[in-house]
Amino acid sequence: MSLLNATRSELTKQFSTSVWWILLIVLVLYIGGTAGGMGAILAAGETGTLAGASLPAGLGERLPSLVYGLATAMGYVFPLVIGSLLVTGEYRHKTLTPTFLATPRRGVALTAKMLAGVVMGLVFGLAAVGSTVAAGGAMLAVFGVDPQLGRAETWAFVARMVLALILWVLVGIALGTLIRNQIAAVVGILAFTQFVEPIARVGAGLVDGLSDVVRFLPGAASDALAGDSIYAVMGGGPAEPLEWWAGGLVLAGYAVVFALIGYAVSWRRDVV
Amino acid sequence: MTSGQVVEFSAVTKRFGPVSAVDALSGRVEPGTVTGFLGPNGAGKTTTLRILLGLVSATSGSATIGGQRYRDLRHPLQTVGAVLEASSFHPGRSAAAHLRVYAHAAGIPASRVDETLGLVGLGDVAGRKVGGFSLGMRQRLGLAYALLGDPGVLVLDEPTNGLDPEGIRWIRRFLRDLAQEGRTVLVSSHLLAEVQQSVDALMIITRGRLVYQGGIDTVVPPDEIATVVDADDRPALRAALAAAGYPSDERRTGLAVRGADAATVGRIAAAAGIALTALQRKGPAFEEVFLELVSGTRVHPSATAGVPEEAAS
Repeated sequence: MSLLNATRSELTKQFSTSVWWILLIVLVLYIGGTAGGMGAILAAGETGTLAGASLPAGLGERLPSLVYGLATAMGYVFPLVIGSLLVTGEYRHKTLTPTFLATPRRGVALTAKMLAGVVMGLVFGLAAVGSTVAAGGAMLAVFGVDPQLGRAETWAFVARMVLALILWVLVGIALGTLIRNQIAAVVGILAFTQFVEPIARVGAGLVDGLSDVVRFLPGAASDALAGDSIYAVMGGGPAEPLEWWAGGLVLAGYAVVFALIGYAVSWRRDVV
Repeated sequence: MTSGQVVEFSAVTKRFGPVSAVDALSGRVEPGTVTGFLGPNGAGKTTTLRILLGLVSATSGSATIGGQRYRDLRHPLQTVGAVLEASSFHPGRSAAAHLRVYAHAAGIPASRVDETLGLVGLGDVAGRKVGGFSLGMRQRLGLAYALLGDPGVLVLDEPTNGLDPEGIRWIRRFLRDLAQEGRTVLVSSHLLAEVQQSVDALMIITRGRLVYQGGIDTVVPPDEIATVVDADDRPALRAALAAAGYPSDERRTGLAVRGADAATVGRIAAAAGIALTALQRKGPAFEEVFLELVSGTRVHPSATAGVPEEAAS
């Protein structure tokens, strides 16, 4: 009962400020725009419309899923940020005091954030896959490549991506309890997701043995859960990615481990 | 309305490393009164209140509301309302949305949001973002949050900080009304003048220790209050007082009489047909006593008694 109330309270928090819809608009424009552009270029290369340009060709069946897969490959930073803001915003605006006064049991308060995070993940996940499928699929169709919207595999792929994006919100929440400073958390997330992990994954392809480790990185786990990603084509993917379910478990594991550590070392601390 | 409940501190101690912020503090706050929690800055008032509210965990001892710790309360916001700092708001959220967030968390009907905003005089700005609020408006919104659950116990940490005189008067009257309804009101302050005019009972702490607990009238011990009286015929006055059973001491400014107030002394003199040239009440000023209590040069028995006798009965 009190968990349900606390979850409702968390969702009211999310939807009563502007951050969520601003990030949602940026997500749709950024991910949808990229998917549209990439869909057009790859489809043109595939069908030879752009003769003379050196574009990857022969992707065949994989092409649509590469384009749709941008929802997680590029889009996962959005749910990650939303999740971390869910926690760091409380520290930044000193609202943990009223939050804990209303929900004195800290475990209930954190669980409520996780449940609200699932809802936020669903909203952002649907927006992300919706924009890549709509914009990317349209461009593929324009350039004469089958967008494969009739295939069950495509929709299973889409559903796994939504699941991955929900898990990313939870990872963000857990990170927020560990990195309480909002700016540090967001900068850290951007640095890790946009530079550190991509470089590590591409670099690992060149070093023997490293790819076994790299496939357990959160981004790689997320791609494994989704099923395909642009990294695989760029040669950055591990030789043998995890099974999709194993990828999901690894990603969920990050959320659980970070949350447990955050709860123990930070969330239970005195609020002064 | 939830009725007021007794707030009790039992040997509450909080240590930050080697420093004791709160040291074996015991005390009791009764319903139906405004109790001032007075002490200099850094005396441990805020830490004590945060321990009471479960935000800070005590090193030892316990603080309870109606016999229960805050974290064990079934309906915390409906039991205790707290105003702790004037800045616990997301600037981008409207006043009404801010309250709605916590109304949801506590299972309080959303209709209470407009009600409490009206109660603190913010009804007209319910839809405005808190970021644009003045300090006074934020204090009022903080109070609205405390009143959301119509609690029987109110805990306020320096609620008049930064308020203008108009706002201070308003909040004083408001707290008095709440206490008259039978609620328990505990309000901290570092300003003596602030509580002197607005509270019934006092807990004074310094360096984490309780140094006084009881009514505001007994802070200055009655036996230290003397009436100083003088007449042209001082020996006659002295004799008249002695006859009425009041011995007096000779002082430069007149005779000091203990145990009799100015009216009694005046009547004795009038009955004896003595014209007075001076009549005044003399005793240590409230502030003097307070400073002595705080500095440790004066010790009041209520500090070591733990719970005052009248409360125990």
